[in-house]
Amino acid sequence: MSNAASSRFVYVTFIRTTPEQLWTALTSADFIVKYWFGMHVQSVWAPGASWQLLFPDGRIADSGEVVEFDPPKRLVLKWRNEWKAEFKAEGFSRCTFELEPMEGAVKLSVIHAMDRAESKFIEAVSGGWPRILSNLKSLLETGEIALK
Amino acid sequence: MHNIIVQDDDVFRALADASRRELLDRLHKTNGQTLNELCEGLGMTRQAVAKHLGILQRGNLVATRRQGRSKLHYINPVPINEIAERWIGKFEQPRLRALAELKRMLEGEDYE
Repeated sequence: MSNAASSRFVYVTFIRTTPEQLWTALTSADFIVKYWFGMHVQSVWAPGASWQLLFPDGRIADSGEVVEFDPPKRLVLKWRNEWKAEFKAEGFSRCTFELEPMEGAVKLSVIHAMDRAESKFIEAVSGGWPRILSNLKSLLETGEIALK
Repeated sequence: MHNIIVQDDDVFRALADASRRELLDRLHKTNGQTLNELCEGLGMTRQAVAKHLGILQRGNLVATRRQGRSKLHYINPVPINEIAERWIGKFEQPRLRALAELKRMLEGEDYE
């Protein structure tokens, strides 16, 4: 196969908003907590800065580093699971957010990948991303989230 | 002329064909395949597969990424999640989530 040595998922959604608003939604902790099922993000958002995703009770779920920060177009994070030994042992994944302005909307692509075949972590998060992105779309377009 | 935003009709049209659902099944099994890989073992011409992939892309059920010289196809589950939440969100999800949480508590594992 063409991708035998890696695991990669691609998620795409079209959101009726502006690239600037979507960028804020992706990088503001106050906004993220609303659509990411109560998860908190901590980062100063600059290339090389650390990045952490915290459970509502404050435990660290995932951590990593901001690799690219190019508002409002492209955000790349190094991302490692911190709470499940099996996932953590797989090491760092890479998550890329790409924002492309379209007529009256923004195409958001989220590419979450790891350089290993059949990554359990990438498979585990594949159930979460569609729900997070549906919530994000709903929040930006209607001011309400679909699921709490 | 097509609106740039994917319409519900495009999603349902894309799903309303057994060959296209089979292509989605194949991507669900192995994500990120080229057109040639997707054609293997299918009783369809390359042109037919390409046409079906175009309809799946129009419905935003398949996304493509370039890798070197090849174009890889990925299943995009986001529109299917939106369809699910549209009708089951109000009634079923809280109950399903409560069950999932109960299961987690009983199994002693948080935040699966």
